[in-house]
Amino acid sequence: MEAFKQLTGIVAPVDRVNVDTDAIIPKQFLKRIERSGFGQFLFFEWRFHENGEINADFEPNKPRYEGASVLISRANFGCGSSREHAPWAILDYGFKVVIAPSYADIFYNNCFKNGILPIKLSEEQVEDLFQRTAKHEGYKLSVDLENKKLTDEYGLDLSFDLDEHRRQFLLLGLDDIGLTLQHADEITAYEQKRPAYLG
Amino acid sequence: MLVTSNRAKRDYRLNDGVNIMTKRTLFEKIWDNHVIHQEEGKPSIIYIDLHLVHEVTSPQAFEGLRLSNRKVRRPDLTFATMDHNVPTKDRFNIKDPISKQQIDTLTQNCADFGVKLFDLNNLDQGVVHVMGPEIGLTYPGKTIVCGDSHTSTHGAFGALAFGIGTSEVEHVMATQCLQQAKPKTMEVRFNGSRKPGVTAKDLILGVIAKYGTDFATGYVIEYTGEAIRSLTMEERMTVCNMSIEGGARAGLIAPDQTTFDYLKGREYAPANYDEAVEDWKKLTTDEGATYDVVVDFDVDSLIPQVTWGTSPGMGTDITSSVPFPKDLPTENERKAAEKALEYMDLKPGTPMSEIEIDYVFIGSCTNGRIEDLRAAAEIARGYKVSEKVTAIVVPGSGRVKLQAEKEGLDKVFTEAGFEWREAGCSMCLAMNPDVLQPGQRCASTSNRNFEGRQGRGGRTHLVSPAMAVAAAINGRFTDVRDWNIKSEVLN
Repeated sequence: MEAFKQLTGIVAPVDRVNVDTDAIIPKQFLKRIERSGFGQFLFFEWRFHENGEINADFEPNKPRYEGASVLISRANFGCGSSREHAPWAILDYGFKVVIAPSYADIFYNNCFKNGILPIKLSEEQVEDLFQRTAKHEGYKLSVDLENKKLTDEYGLDLSFDLDEHRRQFLLLGLDDIGLTLQHADEITAYEQKRPAYLG
Repeated sequence: MLVTSNRAKRDYRLNDGVNIMTKRTLFEKIWDNHVIHQEEGKPSIIYIDLHLVHEVTSPQAFEGLRLSNRKVRRPDLTFATMDHNVPTKDRFNIKDPISKQQIDTLTQNCADFGVKLFDLNNLDQGVVHVMGPEIGLTYPGKTIVCGDSHTSTHGAFGALAFGIGTSEVEHVMATQCLQQAKPKTMEVRFNGSRKPGVTAKDLILGVIAKYGTDFATGYVIEYTGEAIRSLTMEERMTVCNMSIEGGARAGLIAPDQTTFDYLKGREYAPANYDEAVEDWKKLTTDEGATYDVVVDFDVDSLIPQVTWGTSPGMGTDITSSVPFPKDLPTENERKAAEKALEYMDLKPGTPMSEIEIDYVFIGSCTNGRIEDLRAAAEIARGYKVSEKVTAIVVPGSGRVKLQAEKEGLDKVFTEAGFEWREAGCSMCLAMNPDVLQPGQRCASTSNRNFEGRQGRGGRTHLVSPAMAVAAAINGRFTDVRDWNIKSEVLN
């Protein structure tokens, strides 16, 4: 998995609470058997009208957000279905960082498996970012995972928190399966002691 | 540290530092029994007793195994079925080539990796969270995962069951383990007892309407109270199924005689059944153990529920009305409600019982079991589906379908004007031909009413099976407590 150390990128806003994974990637697109190519379907039913035309009212569609790599949103982002296709779509579209006050558990977990950094900030801090994004066309945020800092060219200097294990996982681009298999002996020992009726 | 005893082979491994005299909740007991490795600052590694697989979240996982030249470590603990893409009529003729490819891919993957697959030719095929418990794969004390958030369903048996993403599906296939940070514990206490007409579905819809869709994020819920103890296994599955809609990691109900009676004799239940039951009896929360959070819910005053919005928490009593956004307590809720009402085309103040519907879906991993169909048939018997409504009944598995037909339920439904279908996820999430058209309003016994869930522009209202049938017949939401149930006509 690609390591994540730092990023400076354009910020795009999705100003809704409880953005669920059905909205992030509708179910008709889950039929694919590959991991790639989901970016074109991100927020599909908000980005496009039924006739396929771009919905000019959907904020991230506006030209000022082209090339965005930081997504900001509201509480309980990624709720609903466990589909990992949601972070796949987010990543494939071009976002490497998500910032919100809170996330649903499964989605939050899935982000790390794909080298996406989901940052939790307070509601006030997130609101401030929404305002900065609206105020400055082409607004960019610098995300420094080594030092856990967010800065911009207008004097922002925020620290964010992240579980240390997860931080290292992203910084080093680790492989979960490899990490677990370092304990292969312990797994085998456990298997030998499970109750017989469990199989 | 391994605790030895006369039956060394059957002992669970305990964590270092866990005092056997510590009072523990049910969740903690199951967790402790499955930790293989833990160290400060890292997620624990826990063993997975049962891995359920379906066609949507597994292709990339199997592909990952191939690319890294790995096998499925325990094919004997891995079971697959096909459910999300499967058509519910003319099922062997899958018209959508991408659906067909995904189903064929599962078939090939299971053959290549030696995983047992319950396919369309198998009676036990069905919605994964219906067929698993039915054949006795699910039982107390197990850790169970699946690439599907409604895996929480299996917690009804006192198992620790939760949904995972595709990367974790691959991880479990390769290692039979998962890295997990230990969740916190929450007790949801159901106080009092249900009145007639109030179902298990109303219990969980009521809790989520009251507390919201993220009240349990980071927690494993244990449901307690006499209202829980008196539920059948299928009713317990309905409650646990929607734990994820409250944000919970998992939802459990401690096993008891109801659980043991249900599992006895099922195909995959332990052969040494009495021995297993003796172990299972210990799977309760110790007297005096504490949960991190306790939440109370009053059942005495619970009324049949209907959702009005685009999140499972946007629900209310059938006797109530669509809320005014301005009356909601927070700015976030007000904005969300405004958006929801616009999508759902509902006006604030409209009585729920005046909302007319176009479609009814009875089925899903929430309410697609035999008792759900019996409850639905009881309301449908002797009545006719409204002319302006299309109504489908989708049994949760081949076995449920067979049992329903033995009891003549299919005839009750078809005589009333419902369509009787084959097993699958169907209209819960419209990945198969069962899809709402834009603007259609559906009374659904499923678990999610997000925008577009049942089809782009489709409007979903979540209800119990009895409430769905009443709505089908009257063409609008109806308080099923007032229903005039017609008895079977005897010759």
